[in-house]
Order: sequence, then C-alpha cells, then structure tokens
Amino acid sequence: MTDTAPDRGPLMPRQRLYHPPAYTPGYKTSVTRAPSRALVSMGSTLSEETGPAFGRDMLGELDNNLILNFTGQPAVGERIIMHGRVIDESGRPVPNTLIEIWQANAGGRYRHKKDGYLAPLDPNFGGCGRTVTDANGRYEFLTIRPGAYPWPNGMNEWRPMHIHISIFGSGFGQRLITQMYFEGDPLIARCPIANTIPSPEARDRLVAALDMQNSIPHDCLAYRFDIVLRGRRQTHFENRPEGM
Amino acid sequence: MVQKLDMIPETPSQTAGPYVHIGCTPNLLGNHGIYPEDLGKSPIREGAKGERIVISGAVIDGAEMKLRDALLESWQADAFGLFNAPNEVRGKADPNVPGWCRFAADFDTAEFRLETIKPGRVLHASGRLMAPHVALWIVARGINVGLSTRIYFEDEEEANAECPVLNGIEHKDRIATLLARKTGAGEYRFDVRLQGAQETVFFDY
Repeated sequence: MTDTAPDRGPLMPRQRLYHPPAYTPGYKTSVTRAPSRALVSMGSTLSEETGPAFGRDMLGELDNNLILNFTGQPAVGERIIMHGRVIDESGRPVPNTLIEIWQANAGGRYRHKKDGYLAPLDPNFGGCGRTVTDANGRYEFLTIRPGAYPWPNGMNEWRPMHIHISIFGSGFGQRLITQMYFEGDPLIARCPIANTIPSPEARDRLVAALDMQNSIPHDCLAYRFDIVLRGRRQTHFENRPEGM
Repeated sequence: MVQKLDMIPETPSQTAGPYVHIGCTPNLLGNHGIYPEDLGKSPIREGAKGERIVISGAVIDGAEMKLRDALLESWQADAFGLFNAPNEVRGKADPNVPGWCRFAADFDTAEFRLETIKPGRVLHASGRLMAPHVALWIVARGINVGLSTRIYFEDEEEANAECPVLNGIEHKDRIATLLARKTGAGEYRFDVRLQGAQETVFFDY
C-alpha cells in the first residue's frame, strides 16, 4: 500500500509567487491577454476539489511512445526516455493522473497548420503522447529530443528544446500546463517564455536532469522530470460545515 | 531553528502556447491516427437527465480580438448537483453526465460551443448551496497560468442571489460578467473578456 496524496479536501491556495504573473511584456502575446483586474480569491469548493476519473485502461499500447505512435515506423531524432513522478505539495505520489505531452520534431517543426517553419515535417512523427500515472505516481514516455526553433516575438528569438505537458490530477482545480526544458540548453536563459517565471529557482524546476543511470545503453538517454501538483489540506477539523 | 515543513511548491505554470491542440485535441486539429478520439468530447451522453442547454461564446482579448487558439475545459455537476468523480461521496451521479468537456475556439470563427445539461446546485463548505454553474478553465498562447472562471445563468436569479461564491465578489457590478445571457430556449451566450472594462471575473483559490 502506497501512502498516496489524498483525493479529497480543500486545495492548498496556489502560491502565485512561484508562477509567472499574467502580464509579462517580454512575452508580447501576454500583453493583450493578461487580466488587469485582481483575481477574485475564494476557498476551493467541490467544483474545484472533484474531477473526472482517468484510468490506464483507456490508453492505447503506444500512447506513451511518440517514436512509434504515429505510423508505427520510427521517428527521426535522438531517442530519449522522459520519466518521473507526480507528487503533491506534501510530497505524496498522485496516482491516476492524466499526463499529455506535445512537442516539435527533431528539426523544431510542429505538426500544426499554424507552423510554417522551414524545417520539414517528419512523416513518422505526430508529436503527442499521453499516459496515466501508476499507483506510485510514476510515468514515462519514449520520444525524441525536440529541436529548438525561432518564433516571432523579438527579432531573433528561439525557443529552447522543450516538451509541453498537461497534467490532470484528482481535482479540476489542480489543472496545470507547463513546459519541460533540458539540462544544459543555453537557450533557456535567453527565452522570454521561460523568463516569465520571475524566480530563478522556480525556473530551474522546469529543467529536466540528464539521468544516465536510467538511460538504456546503446539505445536512448533518459531525462527525469518530477511534477508537483497543488496539495490538499487534511485536517479533521475541516470535514464538515460548522453546525452540521 | 525550527522544524522543516517539507512542503514542495507546485510546479510553475507555462503558457499552453499556440500548438496546444496537438497534445489535447489532435483529432480536432486533423492529426488523426494516434488516438481513436479526443478526450472529453462531451460532458453528457445519451439519456442524461436534466435540461439540455447550449452555451456559445468566444474568448476576447484586450484589443477586442477573438482568440482562435483558445482551449477550454469545463467541469460540472449533474442535474442533481452530484459530480461523476471518484471522490464524490455524497451519492452516485447520473452515469450519463461525465461532467468534463474539453473544447476549442473554432480555428476560423473563434467561437466555442458547449452542449450540456444545466447542472444542479452544489453544497458549499459554508453549508449553503451554490447557484448552478459550470467551472471553466481557459488556456492559450499568451496566457501564462490557466484562467479559472465560472459560467452562471442569468435566469437563475434566486439561486444566484443566494450563492456564497457570487456573494463573495466585492465589486458587485462584476457579477454580471459571470452570467450566461439567455438567447433562446435552452440557448445561452457567454463571452470571456480577458481585459478591459467588462473583464470577466477570474478566480484564485
């Protein structure tokens, strides 16, 4: 029996200090899309504390294998394992968490109608995968290292190599989307999107470590990326409304 | 010195970016062959109890432009106020109301459309009932942390007046930004305004 994160109880308030603010003029698109009024604070309710069920039975066999899941023929690129654990703010594993990822191909091109970058599409790379964490909160993907690519923001701005990650824990209020970067990439420090996060320590938490011990010899490298979801308060004083 | 709390802060958020559809709605984008179908295609199934409704709208930025790259998710109770969730302990929800939906602004018109049932009232921690509402989460390029709001209904005046969440909004004139406008039988309009005088209320919890 694993001591897993509680799936009931009020959510711990989001610590905005570790997140990017809405208005980050260095990332130009945020300027017209950032709310200018203060967010309205409220305690979480059942609408935020509950969420749909995700199980491993809904997954296809190749859903977490981006090298093969588009055509069955291998995608071009440096083969990597991306793996880690989903835990909550109390450090306990969160099982049955839906993790979806998407990324550019090895040349830095996305399979999306809006991406017109010079690098060609890889006919064998779709660029998305999904999995559900096991009883210990663990997940893994097999994919290729995405290429860096230029994007319209400043005149010569490049996204570091990154993988987009969507995480869905046990409550709708834990919903989170983030990006994983790769250890040692010199473009991270120059990236206006990575730099929307004010705290350097918080930014570093999005950089996956090269994990040689879990690399497969003569096959692929491994990167370890742990994810922390919002915790839930667990106190016996909070189980029912006052007077009920 | 004091004892260590051993708390680990939440992983920082990053924008979903312009290509969020590749990962979340690949079939809608036209990237077929990876998943048989996209997740969260409908919050209801055939036989769902309750009043069928359609909520349409758009996400509008501070320059009055409709976002064509927004991705939205909704989560709601069934007609009796119960959630189809593993952690729902108050009773068994209508099995035909999964409750979760993932939908996107149209790539051309920027309009979204949510076909669902009107949810029931849900108990609040204060012991009072919240008014019927659909929780909404919005991500897009340029949004650094997903935005949380709620769709309430303008024709639920009595319930809205009693709702502890709506009553917790200090600037009362802003409550109107959370009310879906009735445009016909079973039809509502709900626009999300990211900025400006009519900026939608977004919640932090």
